[in-house]
Amino acid sequence: MIIKGRVWKFSDDVNTDLIIAGKYKLSITDIDELSKHAMEALIPNFAEKVKSGDLIIAGKNFGCGSSREQAPLVLKHIGIGAIVAKSFARIFYRNAINIGLPAIECKETDRIADGDILEIDLQEGRIKNIAKNEIYEIKPIPPALLEILFNGGLVGYVKKYGRLPW
Amino acid sequence: MGKTISEKIFSLASGRDAYAGDIVIANIDSAMLHDGTALLAIEAFREMGGRGLWDPSRVVLVIDHVAPSANENFSKVHNAMRGFANKYDANLYDAGSGICHQIMVESGHAYPGALIVGADSHTCTYGALGAFATGIGSTEMAAVLMSGKLWFKVPESIKIEIDGLLQPMVTPKDVILKIVGMIGADGATYEAIEFCGSTVKAMSVSGRLTLCNMAVEMGAKTGIIEPDEKTINYLHGLEIKDLKMLRSDGDAEYSRKINLNASEIEPQISCPHAVDNVKSVKEVEGLEINQVFIGSCTNGRLEDLRVAAEIFRGKTIRKDVRVIVAPASRSVYLQALKEGLIEIFIRAGCIVCNPGCGPCAGAHQGILAPGETCLSTSNRNFKGRMGSSEAEIYLASPATAAASALEGKITDPRRLIS
Repeated sequence: MIIKGRVWKFSDDVNTDLIIAGKYKLSITDIDELSKHAMEALIPNFAEKVKSGDLIIAGKNFGCGSSREQAPLVLKHIGIGAIVAKSFARIFYRNAINIGLPAIECKETDRIADGDILEIDLQEGRIKNIAKNEIYEIKPIPPALLEILFNGGLVGYVKKYGRLPW
Repeated sequence: MGKTISEKIFSLASGRDAYAGDIVIANIDSAMLHDGTALLAIEAFREMGGRGLWDPSRVVLVIDHVAPSANENFSKVHNAMRGFANKYDANLYDAGSGICHQIMVESGHAYPGALIVGADSHTCTYGALGAFATGIGSTEMAAVLMSGKLWFKVPESIKIEIDGLLQPMVTPKDVILKIVGMIGADGATYEAIEFCGSTVKAMSVSGRLTLCNMAVEMGAKTGIIEPDEKTINYLHGLEIKDLKMLRSDGDAEYSRKINLNASEIEPQISCPHAVDNVKSVKEVEGLEINQVFIGSCTNGRLEDLRVAAEIFRGKTIRKDVRVIVAPASRSVYLQALKEGLIEIFIRAGCIVCNPGCGPCAGAHQGILAPGETCLSTSNRNFKGRMGSSEAEIYLASPATAAASALEGKITDPRRLIS
């Protein structure tokens, strides 16, 4: 699975309220409507600016805070193809995989800039920065989780195999 | 090799000899979901072909985040929860019952030795009873509802030993804020934080719940405290089937050990916009505030309300400050009524809300306008959490919150006794 896209760069500790604020999550249940507010406190009208397949690149502890699955869900819904961060908060990481949004750990995200074009090879475990002609190693995603990811998430996995992965 | 309490719980729940780093498939003892996360779980449950709950008596649905509903969308969410609980015979705690985490510990769904998952990050609160409790997402929750099982990586543990007597007006909230400031927002990611020491031993279960509640603010999978006679007393009168009083072995392995002298801790405050941006209250004293919130799963218990009411007794809050009080549960509210605390709050000029999450998650009951400053006893001060992203949130203890409400500005509560 190769994921190619343009970079939106974020810093450390992007929390779940910044991704989708409680005031929206607790008043809007329609995913199209909710997604319009993704990341808006950091980049106004982010949802409109994102093109399908764009990538989020961040520092450490991406997705810290709440367990709200709406956080990865709105990012996937506006077309984000993958999130690459130095580290993820635990619940966000599991949620992202479970809804089929690649969450990729890479220590070298400081080398990646806004607007760079990346090519991510999940099986090979590397990221190619086309703009800079650099290669970054990623932390391998365990095969069991890759299987969930490749089926579009846990729901897709269960639909395909007729059972839970465990 | 010795085991931590967390490794013991995972060993029992998975039926194998589990140590930190192992991936296990474990049996769940209780599963909790609330109105902020239940709809996605119900939808995923249906999509995955769920036909029944693995054990309805172990499934708890709580309407607390937008309770009573503040908008039509959530009125529909609440009805979907009621319908689901009714169809599958699960436990439902409707609007007005209180905050999910308080209900879990008051109603026998959280108990020593249990492995508990909740579709809420502050599920880690129940570690205060010697359970292993952690937050999960809605889709995983749907899978748990169907199977009663989930995969886990058994976490390493950080041991935090706290010894000594707390100064007057210094509370468990100050202790945990101090620790969050030391460890940082991701300093315990994927690990369990085990709190121990004479201060924790002497602490009430209410205070221990405050400690464990904020473990996730350091990225931890849970906070956990060995159960003791106080735990048993707290659970007195509840029907609990398989309570297991587990303790960490003396030769258990920890990733880190940290010692803290409780007597040196001053009132602490977490400053915008990150929970680990912690200072001493005296460093930010005098900053004007518009709103004070006393409540939440961190500090909405009887003990917290008593501290605040004692400070408010016979006094009135500043006219230009709104003070919102939300008891953590119906039983907390009733007891506060009996003790006359609610009357003190009302006479002082506070707004007393129904039991529930109050304004903590930004849904209702005290949404902040741009430029406003709120001092809250809750656990998160993220930008935009309680309303406008142009507002600022400070986190502190009920004592600091009440003292500040009287002055209209951030105030060190020790001033009240000097």
